[in-house]
Amino acid sequence: MSGEEFVPLSLTPLLIGTFAAIACALPGNFLVLRKQALIGDAISHVVLPGIVVAFLLTGAISTWPMMLGAAGAAVVAVVMIEAIRRLGQIEPGAAMGVVFTTMFAGGVLLLEQTDTSTVHLDVEHALYGNLESLIWLDATGWSSLLDVQALAGLPPELPRIALTLTGVILFTWLFWRPLKISTFDEGFARTIGIRTGALGLALVITAAIAAVAAFDAVGSIIVIAMFICPPSAARMMTNRLETQIVWSVIFATVSAVSGYVLAGYGPLWLGAADAVSAAGMIATISGLILALTAALGPCRARTGAPSHA
Amino acid sequence: MLWEALTLQLGYNATLVAIGATLLGVSAGVTGTFLFLRKRALVSDAISHATLPGVCLAFMVLVAFGGDGRNLIGLLAGSAMSAWIGLLCMNWLTRHTRLAEDAAIGAVLSVFFGFGIVLLTVIQTMGVGRQAGLEGFLLGSTAGMLWADALVIAIGGAATLVLVMIIRRPMTMVAFDPEFAAARGLPVHRIDLAMMGLVMAVTVVGLKIVGLILIVALLIIPPVTARFWTDRSDRVVLIAGLAGGLAGYLGAALSALAPNLPTGPIIVLVSFGFFALSLLLAPVRGVLAAVLRHLRFQRRVHIRQGLLALAQGQKIYEPLTIRLLRRAGAVRADGVATEAGKSRAAKALRDEKRWEIVRADQAHEATAALYNGLRDIETVLTQDQIAEIDRRIGGPQEVTP
Repeated sequence: MSGEEFVPLSLTPLLIGTFAAIACALPGNFLVLRKQALIGDAISHVVLPGIVVAFLLTGAISTWPMMLGAAGAAVVAVVMIEAIRRLGQIEPGAAMGVVFTTMFAGGVLLLEQTDTSTVHLDVEHALYGNLESLIWLDATGWSSLLDVQALAGLPPELPRIALTLTGVILFTWLFWRPLKISTFDEGFARTIGIRTGALGLALVITAAIAAVAAFDAVGSIIVIAMFICPPSAARMMTNRLETQIVWSVIFATVSAVSGYVLAGYGPLWLGAADAVSAAGMIATISGLILALTAALGPCRARTGAPSHA
Repeated sequence: MLWEALTLQLGYNATLVAIGATLLGVSAGVTGTFLFLRKRALVSDAISHATLPGVCLAFMVLVAFGGDGRNLIGLLAGSAMSAWIGLLCMNWLTRHTRLAEDAAIGAVLSVFFGFGIVLLTVIQTMGVGRQAGLEGFLLGSTAGMLWADALVIAIGGAATLVLVMIIRRPMTMVAFDPEFAAARGLPVHRIDLAMMGLVMAVTVVGLKIVGLILIVALLIIPPVTARFWTDRSDRVVLIAGLAGGLAGYLGAALSALAPNLPTGPIIVLVSFGFFALSLLLAPVRGVLAAVLRHLRFQRRVHIRQGLLALAQGQKIYEPLTIRLLRRAGAVRADGVATEAGKSRAAKALRDEKRWEIVRADQAHEATAALYNGLRDIETVLTQDQIAEIDRRIGGPQEVTP
């Protein structure tokens, strides 16, 4: 495919998908190790009521209020989960289940009550995202990358997700040692003076920010998949955290790129006329990678566990 | 209008939906209880999301063979098949790899759901106008419910209930103590699978009414609600069934009131309403009960400390203590002890001394363990024992300079 077609139509969705995948996979590594993997799932459900409330308050689909609404909803959800867990002495999984289903139901109800027929806001959009539509119409070819005027026409999701990714990388890099220590041995981390509670909260907030930014661009299903699948697959490949992070980034990139390409061109190769959902395909590919590593990865077994339980 | 909705007089469709939702609520509450007690509540999330590819594949197969793509039984069979595969994948990941259960749940959930979405877009491009019903499985759609659909839901729900009743004992045992169950020779793994299978059945049955995203709520919220009211597992099952059924019934009735009140979300919100009420008002585990318990404890501590201070002639500064003592008639408004107050204070000081003896005496070890600074000594020792202790303390003695 020539640059004239590739740059306007496929380059930006590819970049956005890849950035979103990596931004979710990085905190996902720690969440999977801390057995908090389902936080991504909970966040991506509660984002819906946040966005709807933001829409109701501002009356328009604009990005910042919606991001704020989504972040606000995530905070409300975290507070509610903690409150229910402590006040009711309920195990965290069930408390999470109570909160995110209720908030999602509230979001759906609000959405049905609101007249959103004039704007593009519906549950399906929230779930699958719309990666294919993030095209860069001002580009004419590779040369547009140097053209300031054309660059101004980039879909706004791209700089946003790039900024988020930078933030996530910075967070991981700055807090690398405390994060690593407190993930593997929380008691030891406390004795050497790391504030594990604050750090855990910071990790969840980082994950929430990544989830909300990625959600805005690619929909919730990729968010959940990327939080869990690439880090889990990477975990099958190695016992070292550094290597695991590298693998997870590789897996996230491979899923995003090959998922997008397969969704866009796969059906054409098979003779069908239309593309399929890129978000769904990216999630599927990440699942296939996980399946492959779970079957063949060098470090797939639990050390010390009986070979067949 | 509300009354008519509650007495099922809003028409044929509303009645069907209400009956279906009630049955669904009962069976989801009962089944979900075992999942909740096993601390695996979120497994239902993976199972429900894993139904989507099955629904789509079943639709494609039905259309390919020239049938009606919206045949409910066919779609439900497809969803059950893919949910079962998802369940096996999840089990395999947890048992044979190093992944923890939460990661396995999340992986199955997202990958199956993503694949389902791919299939949905494929169906959209198939160009048949008959896919309209499929999106309804995401959030439930009760508008076009048929008699046959209601029948499928009723039979499925009833069958699930009967199965739960048959294997409830082994499931309870596995939920509370899997090691003990294994030692008793129960096939723990198979019972777990059966439990998941029942959850899957409820999920599949509920797809039509509340949709695959919200069925999780019906499996989790009623058991959590029920857990507030009792500590006995059989009663938790019963109350969860009741709460689920009531939520289903009320939710369906309320949603029939206005055109854009979707059934599934309303049922979930009603269910959450029951949960919130229980969280606040439940007799022992509720927040209100805990606050009252705390206040009562606080009052006892203040009165006790106040009495001891009176007995030793110390001045009391704490306003709450003074207020409580005054209300109990132990001190007057100016802070001077009344006759009743003096005798209570003397008794408190004497009790404290008696406890001191008890706690120093090896023979009273078991009794000493009950000391918490508040317990009346008469409630743990007999009159004879107290008399014996008093003899050891002795009466008042002159102090020679």
